[in-house]
Amino acid sequence: MNGMVARSLKNAVMMLLMGTATLLVLTPLVLIFVHIVREGAGSINLDFFTNIPNPPGESGGGMANGLVGSAIILSMASLFGIPTGIFGALYLSEYEGNRLANVIRFSADVLSGVPSIITGLVAYTLIVVPMHGFSAIAGAAALGLIIIPIVLRTTEEQLKMVPGTLREASLALGVSFWRTTLQVTLRSALKGIVTGILLSIARVAGETAPLLFTSLGNHFWGRKLTEPMAALPLQIFNFAISPYEDWHRLAWAGALVLVVIMFGLSLVARLFGRQKPMA
Amino acid sequence: MTNKIKIENLNVYFGETHAIKDVSLDVPQNKVTAIIGPSGCGKSTLLRSINRMHDMIASARVTGSILLDSTDIYDRSSNPVLIRRRVGMVFQKPNPFPAMSIYDNVIAGYKLSGRLNRADADEIVESSLKRVALWDEVKDRLKANAMDLSGGQQQRLCIARTIAVKPDVILMDEPASALDPLSTLKIEELIEELKDKYTIVIVTHNMQQAARVSDITAFFYLGELIEAGDTRTIFTNPEKKQTEDYITGRFG
Repeated sequence: MNGMVARSLKNAVMMLLMGTATLLVLTPLVLIFVHIVREGAGSINLDFFTNIPNPPGESGGGMANGLVGSAIILSMASLFGIPTGIFGALYLSEYEGNRLANVIRFSADVLSGVPSIITGLVAYTLIVVPMHGFSAIAGAAALGLIIIPIVLRTTEEQLKMVPGTLREASLALGVSFWRTTLQVTLRSALKGIVTGILLSIARVAGETAPLLFTSLGNHFWGRKLTEPMAALPLQIFNFAISPYEDWHRLAWAGALVLVVIMFGLSLVARLFGRQKPMA
Repeated sequence: MTNKIKIENLNVYFGETHAIKDVSLDVPQNKVTAIIGPSGCGKSTLLRSINRMHDMIASARVTGSILLDSTDIYDRSSNPVLIRRRVGMVFQKPNPFPAMSIYDNVIAGYKLSGRLNRADADEIVESSLKRVALWDEVKDRLKANAMDLSGGQQQRLCIARTIAVKPDVILMDEPASALDPLSTLKIEELIEELKDKYTIVIVTHNMQQAARVSDITAFFYLGELIEAGDTRTIFTNPEKKQTEDYITGRFG
């Protein structure tokens, strides 16, 4: 009987600990969201999505250039990072055991652990300096470098989960190795790969540090990819540290929009991940 | 009796492991050749060397030759993709492509290799499914997912998929071991029917099955071919003691 009481007590204590841990995880998330909504919701209006920032002292204005800039930079980063990551992963999973594959896998792991500001510095040295100027391209390259290892490792995991019997079924029908890889292996893993891609984009959408000395930011519409371009996280950073009330309000609104975008991407990734397999 | 396949001094290694030891075996045309032996004796390894499935394994090394209609499939000029179109394979567990319909599974060999002629597709699907006696069961739901079929139906679908690409030889790696007795019976009847057009090599764990379906039986032990010959002779009057011990259930 005593043992029963002791076990019940232990159970209650553990439940309490776990409940507290859950609360500790949820509290900051709720606090951040509530605070950002309270501060930012008031400044979200049509102007925010259609106008560029007004000069200090004038109220109103928006972050349209930052939104469009982010979209452009993210698209270029994806164009560079996603195919590289996927092809790298195909190499890793289909040529397993190869020494080069081990080197690539290790490099990807190290790359994903490199602080994002370092990635920015690399893009600065390799692109900004030779081109004699900050540019959207440099920013995209920095973000692309962050996307590569994320896409590579998630894709590799997904490819490994494709049963070998499916590959063999295709090969035994006289389908070539590369067609089997693309049409059977890759297609079977597509769902998980897309989820990984969406999560990697959500991850870099909020990156600020690698853009600081690459795409730099721009108060106006950037007209060329070889010139500095605005991006939402950069604009939030710059406006938040400015001394102007109006800009602070814009920064809060920008933060809210950024959080909503990232939340949306994660949600889509989740929903997509739940669908039936594609191949 | 013409030989469709002539295996000569075949050795297969996986790294340091010597899995098939100097095996020579003739596989006659339009007959069923059964490969029997205890687990790990190299039955599947031998089977998979006949359509060069070991090519996919980095550590695998093959020496000797396998003549398919007198061309060595391990010759440098042989293309494994083309060989596999002539030497089809049915696996232990039914493995239809999970996101494809029944219809698409049958023509998968053409579709995936990008050589499907749309006009022929219906005809190929119907004749292949009829050949494996599956047509009547699925003709009204060809667009349904292949995974909706029962295990036995899936395996017959896999056989249909294999014969759809018009091979000469069909390799079967314990094709009924994952099926119930009734489905097993259907597969065995099917094998009997298929041999008028195809040369069949079947690996089986089940000695009764080998006795029922095969014309020729080859007994393997520890990577070596102990004895091969007419199935009736092997089961009633084997030459080697090891064969007798195995078929009478003294080991294995």
